[in-house]
Parts: sequence; C-alpha cells; structure tokens
Amino acid sequence: MNDKAGVDEAGAMADLTRLTAAETAVAIASGEASAVEVAKAHLDRIAAVDEKVHAFLHIDTEGALRAAEAVDAKRAQGEKLGPLAGVPLALKDIFTTEGVPTTVGSKILEGWIPPYDATLTKRLKQADVVILGKTNMDEFAMGSSTENSAYGPTGNPWDLTRIPGGSGGGSAAALASFQAPLAIGTDTGGSIRQPAAVTGTVGVKPTYGGVSRYGMVAFSSSLDQGGPCARTVLDAALLHEVIAGHDPMDSTSIDAPVPPVVEAAREGRKGDVRGMRIGVVKEFAGEGYQAGVMQRFTESVELLRELGAEIVEVSCPAFDYALAAYYLIAPSECSSNLARFDGLRYGLRVGDDGTKSAEDVTSLTREAGFGPEVKRRIMLGTYALSSGYYDAYYGSAQKVRTLITRDFQRAFGDVDVLISPTTPTTAFPIGERADDPMAMYLADLCTIPANLAGNAAMSLPCGLAPEDGLPVGLQIIAPAMADDRLYRVGAAVEAGFVERWGHPLLEEAPAL
Amino acid sequence: MTVTEELVSYEDALAAYDPVMGLEVHVELGTKTKMFCGCSTRLGAEPNSQTCPTCLGLPGSLPVVNATGVESAIKIGLALNCEIAEWCRFARKNYFYPDMPKNFQTSQYDEPIAFNGYLDVALEDGETFRVHIERAHMEEDTGKSTHIGGATGRIHGAVHSLLDYNRAGIPLIEIVTKPIVGAGSRAPEVAKAYVTELRELIRALGVSEARMEMGQMRCDVNLSLRPNGSETFGTRSETKNVNSLRSVERAVRFEIQRHAALLASGGSVVQETRHFHEDTGSTTSGRIKEEAEDYRYFPEPDLVPVAPSREWVEELCSRLPELPRVRRERLKAEWDISDHEMQSVLNAGAIDPIVATIDAGAPADQARKWWMGELARRANEDGVELTALPITPVQVARVCALVVEGSLNDKLARQVIEGVLVGEGDPDQVVDKRGLAVVSDEGALGTAVDEAIAGNQAVAEKIRSGKVAAAGALVGAVMKATGGKADAARVRELILEKLGVQS
Ligand SMILES: [Zn+2]
Repeated sequence: MNDKAGVDEAGAMADLTRLTAAETAVAIASGEASAVEVAKAHLDRIAAVDEKVHAFLHIDTEGALRAAEAVDAKRAQGEKLGPLAGVPLALKDIFTTEGVPTTVGSKILEGWIPPYDATLTKRLKQADVVILGKTNMDEFAMGSSTENSAYGPTGNPWDLTRIPGGSGGGSAAALASFQAPLAIGTDTGGSIRQPAAVTGTVGVKPTYGGVSRYGMVAFSSSLDQGGPCARTVLDAALLHEVIAGHDPMDSTSIDAPVPPVVEAAREGRKGDVRGMRIGVVKEFAGEGYQAGVMQRFTESVELLRELGAEIVEVSCPAFDYALAAYYLIAPSECSSNLARFDGLRYGLRVGDDGTKSAEDVTSLTREAGFGPEVKRRIMLGTYALSSGYYDAYYGSAQKVRTLITRDFQRAFGDVDVLISPTTPTTAFPIGERADDPMAMYLADLCTIPANLAGNAAMSLPCGLAPEDGLPVGLQIIAPAMADDRLYRVGAAVEAGFVERWGHPLLEEAPAL
Repeated sequence: MTVTEELVSYEDALAAYDPVMGLEVHVELGTKTKMFCGCSTRLGAEPNSQTCPTCLGLPGSLPVVNATGVESAIKIGLALNCEIAEWCRFARKNYFYPDMPKNFQTSQYDEPIAFNGYLDVALEDGETFRVHIERAHMEEDTGKSTHIGGATGRIHGAVHSLLDYNRAGIPLIEIVTKPIVGAGSRAPEVAKAYVTELRELIRALGVSEARMEMGQMRCDVNLSLRPNGSETFGTRSETKNVNSLRSVERAVRFEIQRHAALLASGGSVVQETRHFHEDTGSTTSGRIKEEAEDYRYFPEPDLVPVAPSREWVEELCSRLPELPRVRRERLKAEWDISDHEMQSVLNAGAIDPIVATIDAGAPADQARKWWMGELARRANEDGVELTALPITPVQVARVCALVVEGSLNDKLARQVIEGVLVGEGDPDQVVDKRGLAVVSDEGALGTAVDEAIAGNQAVAEKIRSGKVAAAGALVGAVMKATGGKADAARVRELILEKLGVQS
C-alpha cells in the first residue's frame, strides 16, 4: 500500500471502493477520479451489498452527491483540497446531522430530523468529507453486538451469521464490506475498538475530551468519546486529525493542540519502534480468552519485540473491578441522560389520544420506544443513584475509577503504551448471547479500563484465529493526550503484519 | 380545593410556641445570556423564540457555564459574608416535569459556590437581626407551563398545556438561610425584613433587578413551631412562591396560626408543600410528600468543576459596591431623618429613586417628600413598584426645582406630576400645556392682594392688630381669585407687607 492511487497496469481505475482513504484523496486531488465517481462507486456498492450486511440505517444519496460535486467544483476552480476531500464516510447514527434523520438505533427517535449539526459533523463537512449515510448501532450505543438496534442487527462481513461487534457494528461492517473507506464510531466501553477487532478493521478511541461530544447523543457523558474508524492506521490518523480539537461548545473538550497523529502514523509505517517500552497487561489473559485470540496476541508481542520494542509485563490489579464499576457509572449517567426522551417535544409519542395525562403519555412512549437493554440500564442506573444506595454503588464505582486511573498512571510511569487483546473472543453468532447480558458484557472486558481513565486506545487487526478463521484485534493503550503513540506503534505493527501476510487482512474476507 | 383551616389567634400561638423559619429565595440573574447557552434572557419575547438545542435539551446538546453567572454568584456570596468555594461542581437534580426540557435541572447540590454567611437586617424599630446563611448556589430556571382547561390552573385536570422555554436555562441563584430562631413574635417582620434587605443587596450589586412582581425574585417559606423552651424543631411546612414582601409577612403569620391550631388541638403538622393565596392571605395544601422525593443528585458530567481563583475572588471583593445597610446609615445621616423614616423609605422601595432625584439636583427633603408622598400613593393605587411608574428621577427633580424657584406650588406640582404620569411629556411641557405656572407677576399678584384686603376689611384689621394667623383667610381668597396659580408663601408675605406686619 502506498499513497499512489490504485491505477492498474492498463491505466484504468481499479475498483474505487478498494482504495484506502489516503489513496482515494490522492486520486481525487490528482484528477484520476472525480469525487462524484468515487461517491457513486460507493453508493453502488451499498446498493449491491447492504441488503445483506445492513450496515446503514439511512443512506443520504442526495447529500453525498451534492458534497462530492462541491469537491469537484472546488478542484475545477483550482482551490486547494483538504487531505480527505471527497473521501466517502459512514457516520454512526448517534451524531446529529441537520436535516438528516438521527435515530441512535432507537424507536424513540424514529422520524426525528435534528435542526443542527454535531460539531464532528460540521468538521467533516468543512473538510469536504462525503457523508454517505448513517450507520446501524446498538440502541443508544448500549451493546456489544448491534443486536440491540431497534432496526435489526448488522451482519459481520466475514460471516453474516455473526455479530459485527457493537455498539458501532454498522460503521465497522461498512468498512469491512468496502461500502466506505472511513467511518465514525463512538466508544463508551469499547464500541469503536471491539467492532474493529471482530471485523478486521482499525478503530481508535481518542483521549477523552479529544473529540467534541457536542451533537453526539449522550449515553454516558463521562465515558463517551467519538473517534475514527478505517481500514488502515494512516487513514484513521487522517480522519482523527479532521475531527479532533478543542470545541467551546463542549466544556469537557481539551483546549490543547491535537497530538501529531498523522506524522506518527507515517513514522510508524517505517516499522521502527526501537527504544519504546511496551507493557503487556497481565490481567488480560486466562479464563474466558479464546486460544486463537491469545495466539495472535502473542505473535503481536513477538513482532513488536522484533521491531525493536522492549516488552515488559505490567500488572493493573484494579482492572479486575473495571467491568463492575462501568456497569454502575454508565447506567447511572444514562438514566439521567435518557430522561429527556419523554414523547413531549420530539420523536415518538404514544397514547396521546386526548384522554391521557402528560405523565401517562411519557410512560407509554418510553415503554414502547425503548428496547429491553436500554430499559435494563435505566433501571440499574436509577437504582444506583437512589438515596441510600448512592454511596454503595455510584460512590464506590467512582472510587474504583480512581484506582484504575492510578494503575494506569503507575504503568505509564514505566512504559510508553500498554497492549492486550481487544476482546477475549472472535465474533460470536448472532443470537448467542442475546439473552445473557453478563456474557455480552464480557466482550468489553479489556476495553473498558481506558474509558474509565480517559486514556487513548486503538484496535487493529493482528490476524485470524486459527480455530474459526475470524479476525482478532490487538489493543494499544496510550496515556491521555499521547494518542500519537497509538499511531506510531499501530502503524509499525500493521506494516509488519502486512509484510508477513503479503496483503492487508481484509483481502481474506469472503466476497459478499 | 379550599379546606377551611382552624386558626388560633396570633398572640395565643406565640404564647405557647416558638416559630422556626427557613427562607429559600430564588433570584433570576440579569445576565444577557442564559446559564448554559448563548440564548437571550430578554423578557416578553414571543414564546420559544429564545431557545437553542441546549436550552431545549435536544439530544446531543451540551451546556457551557456562563462566566458572568458565576461572577454574579460570587458577588452575592461575598455580599452575604459567605465563604467562596475554591472548587465546586454542578449536579443534576433528576425529576420529570414537562417544563424541564432535560427532565433534570442542572443545579448545585453538596458543593455550593458560597456557604456559611449572614445578613444583618434592620427591623422597624431600628434594631438589627442577624440571619445566618446556609448557602447560595447556582442553578437554571425551568420553562413556563400554561395549563389550559380544568378548574385549578394546575396540570391535573388540564385539557392541554402550553410550554414556553424562553425562561428555561435563565440563571438562578438560590439563597438558603440556616434555621432562623429567636425571632419570636417578630418572625413575620424578620422574614419580610430579610427578603427586603436581600432584594436591596441584589439590586445594589447590579446582578438582578430582583422585581418580585416579575418573578425575578421568588421566596419559599419553611416554617415550624416548637413549644416554648424546647430545643427540637417541629415538623415544617413549605409554602412555595410567595411573591411579594407583604405576602412573605402574611404567609409566615398565617402558618404560625395554622400550625398552632393543629398542635394545640393535639393534632400534628403534615410535612407538605403549600400554596399561598394573595387574595385571602391563607395557604392551602399542595401535594403531600408521602415519601421524601429522591432527586438522585449526582455530579453533572457534562460540566467541568468551577474553581474561582483566589485572586479573582479578592478582586471581586474589592470591587463590591457600598452595601445597602451601610449606604442607608450614610443616607440617614445626610438626609437627617430617623430610623423609622428610613425604614419607611426602604419599605417603599424609594431609596434609589430618591438618590437619583437628589443627584439630578433636587434638595433631599423635596425629593423624599414627592417620592414618599404623591408618587408612593400613585404606585400603591396602581399596584406597582415605585420604579415602575412612568416618571423618571430627572423629571421629579425638575418638579422640585420649579417648586423651589417658586414657579409651582405643591398643588400645581401634583398636577404636573399627574400630567407626566399620563404621558403629557416633561414637567415643563405639562406646565405649558396645562398653563400651570404660578402667578409670579408681582403687579398682578399685588392687585389680587389689594382686592382681597379691600373685600375683607375685618380680617385685615385683625392682622394689623397682630393676629398674624388670620392671614390664612386672605391667602385663601387670593388663591381662589388666581385659580390656585399663586405661590401661597409669596402671597402671605405680600399681605403681611401691605398690612405693615412683620412676619
Ligand atoms: Zn439556548
């Protein structure tokens, strides 16, 4: 892979949907392909395969073509194009888009057309990125399989009977099925990284506060973080740079320069991580970890050693309590964040027949509009915040959070980044864990600590598990505001594996 | 709805019981924009025209703290002799109500911006009563519901409701007292004096106009009784939204009598919310709190902590204006009036207009006389505050000047004020239009005096013989002859002069 566009030997354009985002941008900027051609190729691809995959909830053909035309017009007038101008993108349906439906995967927002763009949406538009549509997700980002979407599950392009991860399964599946070279996800407990891992793609949860949350429908405010999804580490970095940066509309947004992620990705591709100390998290292994996952993880550790990194084992004992703390903090915040969905101002309204009270209408609307997992978490959170239980539940969870942050601080005093498998198993069959919330929650075991501490983390492909031939993800965790380290290490690992495999992992995915 | 409450007389109530009060006052800040978004706070706009995704609580929207709101809160805290938190957070108060867009109110819970203060309030007799302040915290206002249909105007029984979110998100400061004990029979007076003093303070700080009739300042009255000599507090009632100074006094008095009747008959007070009725001066039961409401407070994760630097707090402290009590002491001395007179001026809300009138050139006694007399009477008749009258201190000062220079007498001056109030223009314009200037032509006045003497020889003789008091009759005759446009004092002088009597 290089930045030169995919022109085959005969000089004709190769399948535009197979290009990386970086290659696509170069093809458009150089005039080898128009932005409209690129957009149409992806819209055609969506038309051809998304009936099977169901990555999209809404396809904005008109908006996409209009944006692409604008890019072509700019180029025709000799205007300078941004690094991702004309590159198509699949946007998770959790970001508001002015004039385009935003459902958050929930019936309760069915038909809602937001009157405003999220800051992230605005930045994508300003960068001339072409938004193809909105992708499927677990309702309100609650889930690890996209089965909790009110609009039906998404299939994993590697095996359509399996889950694509969640909550951002739609975005990951869109990438893995070549419906878009770029996508946006949000990560509260692993919703970017776990789907990336099980679909063989790259996903980054930036440092908390690195990407504005304004216009991102809140699940758990102190954990939610939007981030880039792509098929290569460099593409993720290019997208990261577009969406990151301080936003005065988000009080928790960090007012500091964006870490040099693109530079780090380009640097990392040279395969040099000499002098870096990398910690292997001891707690993320053992019972519940699939053998093939651990095998690929071990190979990744070996690869990093070969590339010059110093590998040390690190213990983070508080991580054992991360899952429990997460399932108190996230539901608590969600119980409050989701209170506004009362059927009175926007979205679904049930039972307003002129005989019922506002209170009854709210109850009926919430009963009909929220799915079982959302209700479960609202109830859990309401309970955890109740007076008399607050200290024991919410209060204790916050203490665990502090302990986890301290574990990270201690570890990062010794190493540059931490690594682990992204998720304990490969993609499981749709329906397998649907009735077992606890089994489902375990999918986020390794990803949750980074959310609780606000660190930056990435998942990238490290091979296929021998026993099922499904993708395995390697997780890299960096200190807050050191997102560039993810890209440096990630790009080095990616380059090493591609060289070993002879091609990017996704080329092994079955045709749809 | 109306349940006739048994009452005992106020004196009997106080003979047996000791009232304990807690006052919670909400003040809408006069910031240009709302507490957590950039929407305007202007009053009187089209419903829902001053809203945005944030104050409508649309999915995805986020709050950003209004720095001026924080500054106002700190100023209030400092003026109330409070400690200012070095670090504090907002919290979410969770409950469902249609006029609250997010179904939680962003408020402060266990980490208020200001705490542990006091306010000294002046009572009618000039005595000072110290009210201890528990806390002052920042929060946002809710929207406004109008319930259509149904008998009570409340949400229950309404056919439908109209919601205006222009008010949603307007900054509020809630100021909570510690239990006020030891006021005894003066509890209603102390309550009123406290709210009055607080209002003056808020206005002096320039953080709000604090107009109670506009809902910019609202008071909740908590009251309980305990047997005289007892140390433990009784069960309290919470009377909501008592919205005038007089109502504060009446609500406290009524609740003392109601509680006393319940306790005296062996019954017990129910912990509940009550509504105050301006027309009857009584309270009625709101909803009974079957169980303490659980607001599930937790720190607002969408906002970062507020950590005012000590330098900033110091600076705000050094820039605090002269506080109302200090200012009143100064003015009392300057105007040379008694405690009681000052108290009346304060109660009438007349301090600022009088000061402004003096600043515009009027003598203090004149300025005070017009604002406390004619204008106070008019404001009272119209049921508005003095400052809401359509006359400015500059205009009042001009009236005073005309009186002082002799162009107007008091009677004419009242007519000029009347003309200004009904919109006939500035005092000089009213004088012109109505032809109100006193007859100052000495010649014409002299003729009128001569005529009066000639027509009342008997009276003139009395005056000549030293009964100067009899001059009033001649003055009256001259005034009658000139249609009231003469300067009575000058007329009197002329009469005495012509009759050769020293005044
Ligand atoms: Zn607003």
